[in-house]
Amino acid sequence: MTATTASTGPAGVSTSGETWGRVAAAGLVIALVIAPFGVYPVFLMKLMCFALFAAAFNLLIGYVGLLSFGHAAFFGTGAYISAHAAKVWHLDPLLCVVLGGIGGGALGVLIGYLAIKRKGIYFSMITLALSQMVFFIALQSPFTGGEDGIQGVPRGTLFGLIDLNRPLAMYSFVLVIFLFGMFALWRIVNSPFGQILKAIREHEPRAISLGYDVQRYKLIAFVISAGLAGVAGGVKSLVFQLASLTDITWQMSGEVVLITLLGGIGTMLGPVIGALIVVTLENYLAALDFPVTVLIGGIFVACVLLFRRGVVGEVEHAMRKRG
Amino acid sequence: MIRTASSAAAAVKTLALSAAFGALALASAVSAQAADGVKIGILNDQSGVYADYGGKWSVEAARMAIEDFGGSVLGQKVELMSADHQNKPDIGSNIARQWYDVDNVDMITELTTSSVALAVHELSKTKKKIDIVVGAATSRLTGDACQPYGFHWAFDTRALAVGTGGALTRAGGDSWFFLTADYAFGYQLEDDTSKLVKQEGGKVLGAVKHPLNNTDFSSFLLQAQASQAKVVGLANAGLDTTNSVKQAAEFGLMAGGQKLAGLLMTLAEVHGLGLKSSSGLVLTEGFYWDLDDRSREFSDRFFKRTQRMPNMIQAGTYSAVLSYLKAVKAADSKDPDKVAAKLKELPVDDAFGRNGKVLANGRMIHDMYLFEVKKPEESKKPWDYYKLLSTIPGDKAFFTAAESGCPATK
Repeated sequence: MTATTASTGPAGVSTSGETWGRVAAAGLVIALVIAPFGVYPVFLMKLMCFALFAAAFNLLIGYVGLLSFGHAAFFGTGAYISAHAAKVWHLDPLLCVVLGGIGGGALGVLIGYLAIKRKGIYFSMITLALSQMVFFIALQSPFTGGEDGIQGVPRGTLFGLIDLNRPLAMYSFVLVIFLFGMFALWRIVNSPFGQILKAIREHEPRAISLGYDVQRYKLIAFVISAGLAGVAGGVKSLVFQLASLTDITWQMSGEVVLITLLGGIGTMLGPVIGALIVVTLENYLAALDFPVTVLIGGIFVACVLLFRRGVVGEVEHAMRKRG
Repeated sequence: MIRTASSAAAAVKTLALSAAFGALALASAVSAQAADGVKIGILNDQSGVYADYGGKWSVEAARMAIEDFGGSVLGQKVELMSADHQNKPDIGSNIARQWYDVDNVDMITELTTSSVALAVHELSKTKKKIDIVVGAATSRLTGDACQPYGFHWAFDTRALAVGTGGALTRAGGDSWFFLTADYAFGYQLEDDTSKLVKQEGGKVLGAVKHPLNNTDFSSFLLQAQASQAKVVGLANAGLDTTNSVKQAAEFGLMAGGQKLAGLLMTLAEVHGLGLKSSSGLVLTEGFYWDLDDRSREFSDRFFKRTQRMPNMIQAGTYSAVLSYLKAVKAADSKDPDKVAAKLKELPVDDAFGRNGKVLANGRMIHDMYLFEVKKPEESKKPWDYYKLLSTIPGDKAFFTAAESGCPATK
């Protein structure tokens, strides 16, 4: 779909691009390590949750060219499962997050299997419709708590040793999961498997003619993306000690599209920068009288009109042009 | 991911630099904390369905309470903050968390919308901070979700059920049909009212759930009409109530002999509807501006600032902030344990609370009133909307601490 405009990832063809990508990634890691000493940790944790969520979404739209409009279903399912596991089953926090990821992935198998049978706008509509069904289940089933959500989720103690109620311990926990998720995505995109995904994005019939089972590749990518979205949702529910309908509404699906688009579709760092922009705006402008949604809408319009590749996409493009 | 030697060296340099910077920021943050005054946060819906029900008018009421108290307590300035939680528990608990962690807010109040109130209530428990819920209805706040630092001020689903449900059933409205907002608050209001109706010998013919922030009530109203129940109970609030009352009039529910009961209606909704479409409605509220001299004095001052009369949420917020400041002064400390103890000890006696006292589970009990909305020709001046039917004494309207289901006070 739209992703054809964006080309390669940070570790793209040109070697200078690769170095720059590495420097940027290293800078990001350093910034995240020192940030909690100056910035409110919960805000940073929220940022990382959304960045990971958007990065997972970006795997589909950026590297396979599939625009899913139902990713909140996986994010929300992960959040609910993790919250339930922590609150009712009293499991280890890491296990809760893993279960959230598995839950998101399992749902991804189901929705993905049906959705990849169609292409383009039909694919998007199927994901939207199915995610609305998941939303309805979340609204009505007793274990999710309806409008109240699952409240008072305990953060627990990691491996029975580290008390995650301490802000820095929780921050480190989230940081490690975030970096693991981003690294996994980077490896996937830069593996032979990732090359095939990109081939499918660029020219699906050609990939088929080369003998690749395109449907299977698409499904695997879909499930990985859904699973990581579930992990992001699980972490969010532990950070905020709450899993609610907000995580699973279609607005959340829209938000992740917006984050990825602003940051740069098909770039590794794009979702992180996009999350930084959107989460910061939402957080720090919430106290103003001016409606945040109008501002974000305005930025979205500006992005579509002026810098279609997104922030990171434009920077990469400019650097590639310079040589 | 760091592989090249040069970038690794650069990384170490940046790390050292920023560690120093971080330590600096931390030190300044610590010193900033010590000089803080007393901070009160108003967290409610300022743009959505409940914007008139509480909204920025509640913020103004809180500001009046601080001014009436003198603007400072224990020699420290009292500061007011406010934010819009958009009726979403995650946004609400997010803001509350940030207020408690970063801004050192001492007390959060108003908290319209039950789902948000429950989330913040839970957070206040872990953070050991005082919260006083005014705008949310669910009696769970001082029931199974009660906690030592949480208070519930103006009203709850139980008091509304006793008022409207009990009175109407006794007056002959012995068959009910409910239009219920599809979330925790709606269920509980329906549930509490059904119990009261059955207790008084009435029966419940059915109920239908509508989504929060609904605009088209036609199919629900047709079901209510078809049920032939004598009373149609609206277990919803804010704009939902306004819209359902308006549309009920269009469908001729009242003309067909059915009575409409707004289970949670305040002056703000009646004002929004106008007397023409709301006259004859029976409702329970904990405050009316024209009750007596004290309420009139407060309300006139409120009117001068906002061009509207306060309802029980706004007046209740005034009372909550004032009571908190009194408790801080009496305790001679901001320490939540001491303040909570004082709040439970001191009587509540201000423009809002009559015969008010706070129970061990955090429930403030005070007199509630059953009103009927006047006909347009009966209303003699602007905002002259209510006819007082009866006064319900506080200990009848609310659960006792033992009945409430609060684990700590069983």
